[in-house]
Amino acid sequence: MFKRWLRHSTIAMALALTPLPAFAQDVIKQGGDVVITYKDDIATLDPAVGYDWVNWSMIKSLYSRLMDYTPGTPDLIPSLAESFTVSPDGLTYTFKLRKGVKFTNGRELVASDVKYSIERAIDPKTQGPGAGFFGAIKGFDAVSGGTSPTLEGIATPDDSTVVFTLSRPDATFLHVLAINFASVVPKEAVEAAAGDFGKKPVGSGTFVLKEWTVGQRLVFERNPDYFVKDMPHIDKFTVEVGQEPLVALLRLQKGEVDIAGDGVPPAKFLEIKNSPEGAEIIVDGAQLHTGYITLNTKVAPFDNVKVRQALNMAINKERITRILNGRATAANQPLPPLMPGYDKTFTGYAFDVEKAKALLAEAGFPDGFETVLYSTNTDPQPRIAQAIQQDLAAIGVKAEVRALAQANVIAAGGTEGEAPMIWSGGMAWIADFPDPSNFYGPILGCSGAVQGGWNWSWYCNKDLDARAIAADSMSDPAKAAERQAEWGKIFTDIMADAPWIPVTNERRVVAKSPRMGGDGDIYVDPTRVINYDAIFVKDE
Amino acid sequence: MIFLILRRLVQTALILFGVAAITFLLLYALPADPARMIAGRSATAQTVANIRHELGLDQPLLSQFWNYLVGLTEGNLGRSYAQKTDVGALIAARLPATLILMAAGIFVEVALGLILGVIAAVRRGGPVDRLVMMASFVGVSAPQFVAALLLLYVFAVTLAWFPMSGFGTFAHVVLPATTLGILGAGWYARMVRSAMIDVLNQDYVRTARAKGLSSVRIVFRHALPNALLPVIAMIGIDIGQFMSGVVVVEAVYGWPGIGQLAWQAIQQVDIPIIMGVTLVSALAIVIGNLVADLIAPLIDPRIRAR
Repeated sequence: MFKRWLRHSTIAMALALTPLPAFAQDVIKQGGDVVITYKDDIATLDPAVGYDWVNWSMIKSLYSRLMDYTPGTPDLIPSLAESFTVSPDGLTYTFKLRKGVKFTNGRELVASDVKYSIERAIDPKTQGPGAGFFGAIKGFDAVSGGTSPTLEGIATPDDSTVVFTLSRPDATFLHVLAINFASVVPKEAVEAAAGDFGKKPVGSGTFVLKEWTVGQRLVFERNPDYFVKDMPHIDKFTVEVGQEPLVALLRLQKGEVDIAGDGVPPAKFLEIKNSPEGAEIIVDGAQLHTGYITLNTKVAPFDNVKVRQALNMAINKERITRILNGRATAANQPLPPLMPGYDKTFTGYAFDVEKAKALLAEAGFPDGFETVLYSTNTDPQPRIAQAIQQDLAAIGVKAEVRALAQANVIAAGGTEGEAPMIWSGGMAWIADFPDPSNFYGPILGCSGAVQGGWNWSWYCNKDLDARAIAADSMSDPAKAAERQAEWGKIFTDIMADAPWIPVTNERRVVAKSPRMGGDGDIYVDPTRVINYDAIFVKDE
Repeated sequence: MIFLILRRLVQTALILFGVAAITFLLLYALPADPARMIAGRSATAQTVANIRHELGLDQPLLSQFWNYLVGLTEGNLGRSYAQKTDVGALIAARLPATLILMAAGIFVEVALGLILGVIAAVRRGGPVDRLVMMASFVGVSAPQFVAALLLLYVFAVTLAWFPMSGFGTFAHVVLPATTLGILGAGWYARMVRSAMIDVLNQDYVRTARAKGLSSVRIVFRHALPNALLPVIAMIGIDIGQFMSGVVVVEAVYGWPGIGQLAWQAIQQVDIPIIMGVTLVSALAIVIGNLVADLIAPLIDPRIRAR
């Protein structure tokens, strides 16, 4: 009786606490053709190579991996794996594969395909950007260095068992097996494509590529043999490329397009939002994103921690969220709120011009100084850089804004002693997988503070690096909460050194036609942007 | 004639070599690292080094250029860094669309330019003349991006006469071709007008009038062919102009040509594609001029006689 009461009251509580999502009344319907537009060509659909936010979600749907995420959430679930076990020391992962999974060329997927695919992703010949993710697997260096074609740390005792042996514990390993680079591909199809696998993909995912007319369209059709029942919901989607975002939006309003993948141009945002069907067209969702300003710890006067702290107090972040049409919230720490480990209680540096001035004077710069702020040159980034410039002027810091093409800003950031400050807009960190460690190594750890790296603050704290390694060794699932808390602490401790000014957590905006169903989280899925598996067409 | 073609072929090879060398050097001077761009943000230093090595970017500049030239002589434009596929195939897939757009654009500009120019010349000094000249001035001055969006808004969004973007049917080509053509039409109208005025003042036209020919016949049979010569020469030069215009027009109308390809490649520092498109465009300009030179004598016997 008590149990029953508890259950009922818990449900009632849950109902009372979670507001119903706006689209909850939509009934998931099977079927429908959907048209999606993008400005740029789809670069490649090779899972070992593709690494931009447009092909990322398509690759997710074309292939499957041992692990995946529940749609719309950062929660890991087994996918190709039926079950898995982790040894107590965290060094051995044993996966049992689902039976009867077939590639879309008809062949059954077996354990050796998993091994081949990961070896291929690491092989230098593949030129894959994601090789480093597999660094914990035993024998990684030999494959990555090109001295061995096979990875010592992956064994396949039978067709349905894969055993990974790691050289060091890696608490993120299950996430690593869920990223695109771990997608399973059939060797014979890769070889038959003769270097063009990115244009002739074969996988075992929810969709099959039926047509690719270069520069015009890609047609994806539902894979009828997909191993999860009732997935995906739509029968077909056509990706039209080369579509200017503004034109795509006009076509969407006329009903020719279902999803404008590039979202809403900033100049058009308010007009669309205030239109009668605006609320239905614009969907936005939180992503694992933080926009920040790097303060180069190797360039004077940012080598002085007080200067960095002072600047942290000088930026009016609320104004920047307004420039972003309110599609962002002010940030006070490197981790975004959606990321496990985010510290809700942390307050960071509050916006306080007087305190900033006082601290700057204490640091020996009562009259400020001159510096350079880099930014990319596409709207709205230069406008945000100007807002930052004004905020800095208020405390006496004269910053010259240098708005350049993205590639040039990235190059300047990765050159020692080059860029004093960079506004990360348009290049900001979006996590590869929902684990706090992904926000550390390349952008705040010592390993990223190298020529061509992404640690544009050139910040290197050996103590924190050691704590990061320790945290990532806690691969026992029972210690997950402890590990998460430690990671949270690492990021708030970083803020004492203030190598960044965390500025915003931006939500991603996608425009969709009113006939598309489902809530925003599957159009701005935290792990894959548009989740083609989960979106559906409403009953009209 | 054969001598002319041979000489032109040698010139073409030299021009292409020059274009290749200059483009290669300029791309090299860019402060952006292609290996870094391909590797993305999460790549380790080892991964970046591997990619640099696989692409041959760790070799000295001259040997990279030499390898590229050797590839060129074999008709190989290299492989795209970002798309990991053959550049020649990418350009070949997109070139027809650009050629269609250019041909349509040239048709629009010549047709429009001729008609307006003739009307203006015949009605010289009158209000029609002034209106046409003003319109041509606007056409010449309007930035193509603005013209494209205006046409799009009026004829595709508001009136819905034509599709907003895409490729495939005759209706798709109308707006992009018109956008491209308007700019040139202004020039042509002015050029045809002055050439026509010149010709209409010639003695033989007065003779034709004197023997009682209709003015339509005078204008189209006697005057216009003689005013066409500068127009033909202009088309050859125009191809270069068009090559730059297509980048904007293709972007706005979602036209799957090489202009779009180039624009994306520039943003991604995809050097093989930038090189390939530059060379193909240079080749198109050279061929365009050659064709114009070859056609001129067919139309004007005076050149043939020389």
